[in-house]
Parts: sequence; C-alpha cells; structure tokens
Amino acid sequence: MTLRALKDAAITALVALGLFVPLVGLRTDVGPSGELVLRQRWGDVVILVALAFVGRLALLGWRGWRGDPKPASAARTEALRKAGLFVAPVLLGLAVLLPFIPGTGRYELDLGILVLTYVMLGWGLNIVVGLAGLLDLGYVAFYAVGAYSYALLATTFGLSFWICLPLAGLLAAFWGVLLGFPVLRLRGDYLAIVTLAFGEIIRVVLLNWVSLTNGPNGISGIPRPTFFGLTFSMSGEPDTFAGFFGIEPSPVHRVIFLYYLILGLALLTNWVSIRLRRQPLGRAWEALREDEIACRALGINVTTTKLTAFALGAMFAGIAGSFFATRQGFISPESFTFIESAIILAIVVLGGMGSQIGIAIAALVMIGGFEVFRDLDEWRMLVFGGAMVLIMVARPRGLVGHRTPSVVLRERRAIGAEHVAEGHG
Amino acid sequence: MTAPLLELDTVSSGYGAVQALREVSITVAPGEIVTLIGANGAGKSTLLMTICGDPRARNGRVVFEGRDITQMPTHQIMRLGLAQVPEGRRVFPRMSVMENLLMGAQVAGHDPAPLLDQVFALFPRLKERETQRGGTLSGGEQQMLAIGRALMSKPRLLLLDEPSLGLAPLIVRQIFAAIRDLNEKEGLTVLLVEQNANLALRLAHRGYVLVNGRITLAGPGRDLLAMPEVRDAYLGGGH
Repeated sequence: MTLRALKDAAITALVALGLFVPLVGLRTDVGPSGELVLRQRWGDVVILVALAFVGRLALLGWRGWRGDPKPASAARTEALRKAGLFVAPVLLGLAVLLPFIPGTGRYELDLGILVLTYVMLGWGLNIVVGLAGLLDLGYVAFYAVGAYSYALLATTFGLSFWICLPLAGLLAAFWGVLLGFPVLRLRGDYLAIVTLAFGEIIRVVLLNWVSLTNGPNGISGIPRPTFFGLTFSMSGEPDTFAGFFGIEPSPVHRVIFLYYLILGLALLTNWVSIRLRRQPLGRAWEALREDEIACRALGINVTTTKLTAFALGAMFAGIAGSFFATRQGFISPESFTFIESAIILAIVVLGGMGSQIGIAIAALVMIGGFEVFRDLDEWRMLVFGGAMVLIMVARPRGLVGHRTPSVVLRERRAIGAEHVAEGHG
Repeated sequence: MTAPLLELDTVSSGYGAVQALREVSITVAPGEIVTLIGANGAGKSTLLMTICGDPRARNGRVVFEGRDITQMPTHQIMRLGLAQVPEGRRVFPRMSVMENLLMGAQVAGHDPAPLLDQVFALFPRLKERETQRGGTLSGGEQQMLAIGRALMSKPRLLLLDEPSLGLAPLIVRQIFAAIRDLNEKEGLTVLLVEQNANLALRLAHRGYVLVNGRITLAGPGRDLLAMPEVRDAYLGGGH
C-alpha cells in the first residue's frame, strides 16, 4: 500500500514537473534594452513539484484512512432530499427579509440584486439546458436583446419600464424562435457551436450598428423604473415615492425597490418553470432531453417542443436584460460577452441540471464568491476554478443532482407520505 | 377480405445514398398479427420507421385506415392510432415509470387512468416499479415499459421493433404471451419486426421475409415456418 502510494505520488510529481518546467521554470522578461531575457526559476519548480508529491500522498493517505468510497445510500439521498425541502423556504425567507436585516447596507443590497439577476438567468437557461437538454452557449444574446430593447424603446419612444418589460421579453422570445428554427436539426456539440456563434453575432452587431445602438459607447440615460408612477427622486415632491408616503427621501429606497423587483421576477421564472414541469409541455421537454427518437415515436412534435423551450428561456433572459438596463442606467456591448454565457451555464451545471434550488445556491456561491474573493485580485480566478473542480469531483451531477418525478398519482402520494412518517421512506 | 388497416404499396426508402427498401408491398388486416423477419440490415427497422414518415418513402404509398399518410409529418401520423415501440426500447432513463407511461398518453389525449389500469394488468411488474426511474429497470422490464408506453395512446395498430432484443428466453416468452393476449383479448393489430424468426412466426398469423430490402416470401406464419428456405436461413436448422 505505502509503496504503491509512493509510486503514485512519484508519477504525480513527474507530471507536475513536466507541467511546471515550461509554465513556471522558464520565464521571459523584457530586459533593460528591450530585448527578451530568459529567466530560470528552478527553486519555484522544486517547491511546486514537492507540493504535488506531498499533496498526492496526503490524498491517498486520507482515502486509505477513510476506506473505500461507499455509494450514496438511499437513506442519505432521502436525508438530502428532506434537507432540500428545508433549505428552499429558509433561503426564500432570507431573500425576502434581506433589506430589513440589521447591517444590510447599500453594498449588500447591490450584491443581492446581482446574485438574484444570475439566479433568474440560471433558472431561465435551465429551461433550455436543464429541462430540454439543448446546450446553449449563447444565452447572453437574449439578455442583450432584452437590455437593448428596453434601452431603445425607453430612450426613443419614452415608453415606461412596465410597458417595456413584457415587450423586451417578447422580443427576446422572438429572437429565440428565430435562432431556434435553423438549429433545430442540430444536437449536442453542433448546437453548442451555433448558439455560441449566435451570441457573438448579436454582440458584434450591437458593437457595429452605431446608428442604432451607439456602438461601443453604449446607451446612457436609460430611465429608472417607477413605483406605480412614483419616481425615486430626492426632491420629496408629492409625485415621488418618498413624498407620496411622507417619508424621508433616501437613495436606498430605489435600491430596495430594485431588489424586490428582481426577486419578484426571479420567483416568477421559478414559478413558471415548476408549473410547466408538471404540464405536458414540461414533460415533453424532459422526455426530449432523455431520448429524442423515443419522443418522435410517441408523436411528440419535436420542432415546437424545442422552439417553446428556446423561446421561453430567451423570454426570461430578455426580462432580466431589461431589468439590468434599468438598474444600470447605462448599457454597452461590453456587458454581454461570452464569459457571461459561460458563467450562467456554469451556474446551471454546478447547481445540478434541472434543479431549481441547486441553481439558486450555485448562483449565490459563484456570484457571491466572486465578490468575497475580490481582495485576492488575480488569484480570484484560481480560487474560483479550484472551487469548481472540487464541486465537480465531490458531486459530479451538480449540487442537487437527483431529479424529483413531476407526477405522482394521488393515492400513491398518500401511501408514500405514510411510509415516510413510519420511517420506511 | 376486409379493407386492410395498413397498406404499403411499392414503397422504397432509405437513408441518404443508401437504399434500404426496394418496392416493398405489405398489408396488415385489422385484428392480425403480422411479422416481418429478416437478417441484420435487411431493412426491417427502416420499414417500420418509413411507416412513421421518418425517413419518408421515396416512392409508393403508405395507407393507414384508407388514408394516404405518405407525406404526413411524423408527429401527425403518430396521432392517427399507430404506436411504435422503437428498437432498443428507448425508455426515458431519468423519468419514473409513471412519467414514462404518461408520456405515451400525452399526445393522443385519452384519459390516462383506465389505460394505466390496463397496462398494469398486463404487466403487474410495472405497477411495482411505478416510482422507479426507467433507467434502473431490467431489460425485460424496460421492454414492458416501452410496450406499455406505446399502449397508453390507445393504438389500433402497434408497431413492435425487435422486442426480444437482448432478453433472456423466459422474458421473451412473457413478452410474446403479452402480445398474444393484447391481440386476442383487445383485438389489437400488431406488426412485429423480429430476428427471432421461430417465435415470431409461431405467434403471427402471417409473415413476410425481407431480404436486402425486398420481400422474398410471404404467407401464413406456420407455412413459412415449414419452408426449408426459411428454416435454413433464419432458424439455424437447429429446430
């Protein structure tokens, strides 16, 4: 055992050596007269290789001490499921009460808004990727369509946020269908490539169609949302929020309002997804993810099923996009790069495809984690990548990897509940 | 003779440059079990898929209940009263048995409750496994589930693609007994594609032999079973 562990660790160290010699050992610097100077850092390489050796040994030792990994028992899965039932209401309660928790300031609320935006985007993309199983790498395109729809409609025609919000959703859904049509025949990798390209096309068009979108300078002066016609200005006039309710004007009011707005929109996304999963359409999405040929054999119209998933996912991205525009007051193509699509997809995958609560937690961890590790500067990406690897090693199917059936016959449910109560579940 | 439930009239079909079916004509009368036997790659599965419009027939006509369905979209064909049990079963692995069955009822839109009772009466095993995920079932159970799922659309014609594939002989006999039951008690018409020619020809009223995309022999099941050329080619001479 020890000999095998040593051999294993030695191989690891060898691999580390192979990697770190070019990556760390050799470094080119710009010399005093502008020429490249090769600097050798063998000491660092030795330290890193030793770390890999010791780390591998420690890992093997820990594994040996813990014994063979046992497959997750049914009891553990059940306990996890119950914990999940518990976690969702607690998180929801916290989310609703956040603005009133002592110590919550402007910064926490802004972070909350950011996290909730990604929760909403994650839930929206989950319809496409998690439920219908269509790998979409260009989801940010619909986010951009929504944001620009609101920005342009509001600044050009002076339409209010509340009229533009559904319009932006519809426009994004329309683009979803437009993209959906040509890519319907594609699957897996091919679909991913085309959606990736689509995301880039939208961004490049926004960048270059200067007469419409003002190009890289973006659109500024996007109107802020109103509370049933009451603005959030500091003047305290009767037609402002503070004036109408007779309270001291404060800039926090608008932030709290925006916070609840995105919370409501995210919950709407969640509610629609959960409802649809129990409907024939949602079941058809899941069946499509499982086996497209079987779906055809059952007479399911694969075309419309895919299109509805694309359209609905795009619609929620569009709504989130117009929220983003009204919150920022300024948008430019820079906000809609591929990395956004990647982050949203990572949230869906890490959360466990198809799991609503898993996605919410993943968004919280990822976006919150990004903020928490802000002080680490360039190390942030390393910590972040390491955390993702750890999650995928520990829970390869995502944080919440199991899937709850969407239908249980009524009498069965009663029996099931009895069993659980008696401890047979 | 009554009007056929299904009729293929000189149908040719294939994938891309490969022509898998050459002017195949078959009929299936109401209440019959008709089997189609043939070696690997003879075009058996292509024939079933062509009936469903995927791939589409290149020439000839496919007629179901007097209606020309040759050019109809697949999802519409599957709503007319045909159901297919695809090759390799293809149950939805992450969905529960119940969800799998409900998927079968979804398109036709019949009330699923009596159909569920019927499927569970035919395959009591599925009732026991109701909440289990499709992918965790044994091969035989998956085949039962695939057949049950197809029955949930209350079809008048059941297209079965190699139900014996990869199953133990005992399970195969159970499945075939269930098919016979469905035919005798419910009057369900069945078009069965099989490699297990011996069992299939015993079960079926009539049979067709498909060789390289052409029908070479046709006749009552027992007659085909007795023919030396069928015995040599498909029964391995061991029976």
